[in-house]
Amino acid sequence: MVARAALAKAKADLTADRLDGLTSPDGAAWAQRARSEALARLTDMGLPHRRDEYWKYTDPSSLVAPVAPKAALFDNDEGPAFDGVDRIKIVFVDGVFDAESSSDLQAEGLEIERLSEATQRDIHWAKELFGVLEARNAQGAVPRPMSAMNTAFAEDGVCIRAFAKVEKPVNLIYLHKSEASDAILHHCVKVEAGAEVTLLETGPAAARFSKVMEVDVGDHGAFHHVRAQGRDHERRAYTAQYGRLGEGSTYKSFTLTANGVLTRNETIIELTGDDAVTHVAGAAVGDGKDFHHDDTVFITHDAVGCESRQVFKKVLRNGAVGVFQGKILVQPGAQKTDGYQISQSLLLDDDSQFLAKPELEIYADDVACSHGSTSGAISEEALFYLKSRGVPHHEATNLLTLAFLAEALDEIENQTYAVDLHERLANWLNRRN
Amino acid sequence: MLEIKNLHVKLEEEDKQILKGVDLTVEAGKVHAIMGPNGSGKSTLSYVLSGKDGYEVTDGAATLGGEDILEMEPEERAAAGLFLAFQYPVEIPGVGNMTFLRTAVNAQRKARGEEELSAADFLKVVREKAKTLKIDAEMLKRPVNVGFSGGEKKRNEILQMAMLEPKMCILDETDSGLDVDAMKLVAEGVNALRDEGRGFLVITHYQRLLDHIKPDVVHIMSNGRIIKTGGPELALEVEHNGYGDLLSEAV
Ligand SMILES: Nc1ncnc2c1ncn2[C@@H]1O[C@H](COP(=O)(O)OP(=O)(O)OP(=O)(O)O)[C@@H](O)[C@H]1O
Ligand SMILES: [Mg+2]
Repeated sequence: MVARAALAKAKADLTADRLDGLTSPDGAAWAQRARSEALARLTDMGLPHRRDEYWKYTDPSSLVAPVAPKAALFDNDEGPAFDGVDRIKIVFVDGVFDAESSSDLQAEGLEIERLSEATQRDIHWAKELFGVLEARNAQGAVPRPMSAMNTAFAEDGVCIRAFAKVEKPVNLIYLHKSEASDAILHHCVKVEAGAEVTLLETGPAAARFSKVMEVDVGDHGAFHHVRAQGRDHERRAYTAQYGRLGEGSTYKSFTLTANGVLTRNETIIELTGDDAVTHVAGAAVGDGKDFHHDDTVFITHDAVGCESRQVFKKVLRNGAVGVFQGKILVQPGAQKTDGYQISQSLLLDDDSQFLAKPELEIYADDVACSHGSTSGAISEEALFYLKSRGVPHHEATNLLTLAFLAEALDEIENQTYAVDLHERLANWLNRRN
Repeated sequence: MLEIKNLHVKLEEEDKQILKGVDLTVEAGKVHAIMGPNGSGKSTLSYVLSGKDGYEVTDGAATLGGEDILEMEPEERAAAGLFLAFQYPVEIPGVGNMTFLRTAVNAQRKARGEEELSAADFLKVVREKAKTLKIDAEMLKRPVNVGFSGGEKKRNEILQMAMLEPKMCILDETDSGLDVDAMKLVAEGVNALRDEGRGFLVITHYQRLLDHIKPDVVHIMSNGRIIKTGGPELALEVEHNGYGDLLSEAV
């Protein structure tokens, strides 16, 4: 009891320190309500602490500190991801919208508006989404104060509504140009029934970045998400994507993470319509003991015949740390659920570490769920086989490392994006020979 | 070509001597066969020659074309012209067979200071060689050896050999698990590579393979040593009488 009271006190202090000096932006009544409710949730829960159940493996202190730790700017010699792709670009520099570098926000089949503008309107579709999925907190036992804080304080972001099958992807480009930037962005995406859209996210964003994205996919709609988090070594990020899926709809998300001192990527998806499908995948590569990457995924099956698939792979070297927490919750009545989860790490040396907490919670009986988590080294046998064919050690190691990541990359449907990200991973490995 | 002198090998982890003084010379242009009971050290010899970890050479030497290979990395031995067709080819999920072959061919060319093969040239050569081994395009696309049948794996080994054109080929029980037709294909693949400049060391338990790949010399290995060397008739003798007489002779 004493310990719990002490923890509550520590969290309350932490929260007060962090909130001191932060101001919620102005806006229309609905937006203000969403923000004040989020703030109330936040003060109620308190910011995360190392002793919270889902922060046991990842120390949140630098994410919740009043001042963001500086992050040196990084000269990316590789060129931005998806450069050759015809897309709608929406650029944020250290979390601030850059109209100059962005495309015209008019696009066929889409309605795109900045959050800062949408929240000024008395009537806006985002009202049904902004802070709503975040607050639903489907798996109630897990508080998400970082997300609530984001809702309460995000000044900007984008609201995207797709009402047709849209070919041209929308690319949110996050540039990092200031060493001390502390950015908060919040996006709302509504995919109407039968519509389809692809969202790309690229770049390191800021020294410290908080991003929440709420996505509502209507019946038979499809949302595709491919993201490449920047290579900046010292950046920190907390991101959360909330998805709610209607009948027969699809939500597919892939994230590539290279470097970064601290990344916590949360995915919270609710399958609420029958026969909905979600695939969430990620490949993370880290080098050095100041690399820490955390994927935390919660999938809730709350309808009949839905499929969920999680594939997370990490390559860790020189003391890098990877974390995976993933849960599949199958609600009563969610029969014919097909749930799959795999999280694997390739440890390139003995110093690196992978911490995994896979969970299944099932309240229906006609269900096929499987999960697996492994960490291991490169297969000596495979390595010798390759070398015996004349492939040099480092090349053989890289080939096997990419092979290990392949299962995650295979989750990307679009070949252009897949090839681009594959190349980035290969480059990352080659730079380390 | 390949000269093995008084080779003694023990396991690195255990105090277990496996090769106890192997002497063997394979001349360029010749096919040597090794037969011998299970556990006599045939695979160990082939692994040690190709540089697998886990073994310790306690005495003796092995040279390829006059160069000491025992100090080389496995990939250097390959570049020097050594090839081992594995008794148990390794499955490599996630690496396409084509990618694997191309990486190997180009790595060796690079190590020898030769120009890399263009994608188009490579494809042409690979298709042609695969065809003669009845390896279809689909198999080339699949991950290395994953889901291949026993016979397919062995044919895939011969395809690699054909692509890499090594000087010294060691075949460890390439015939095991092959049906009669596949055995013929493999033998033809090997025979097609037979030439003046190339040596073969064929490890087998059966005369059958040697009907197709005619050896010049046959060795019998037992308990880590070559206990008898002779012509093709030695293989026939084993086929008819087993190892019993040979082993008691050697004692
Ligand atoms: N890594 C190892 N660990 C333990 N024992 C080993 C190892 N490698 C080889 N041996 C032992 O060394 C001996 C020789 O094995 P090897 O595989 O070379 O025989 P072989 O002649 O190829 O047999 P086969 O005809 O069955 O293929 C065997 O007793 C085997 O058990
Ligand atoms: Mg053997």
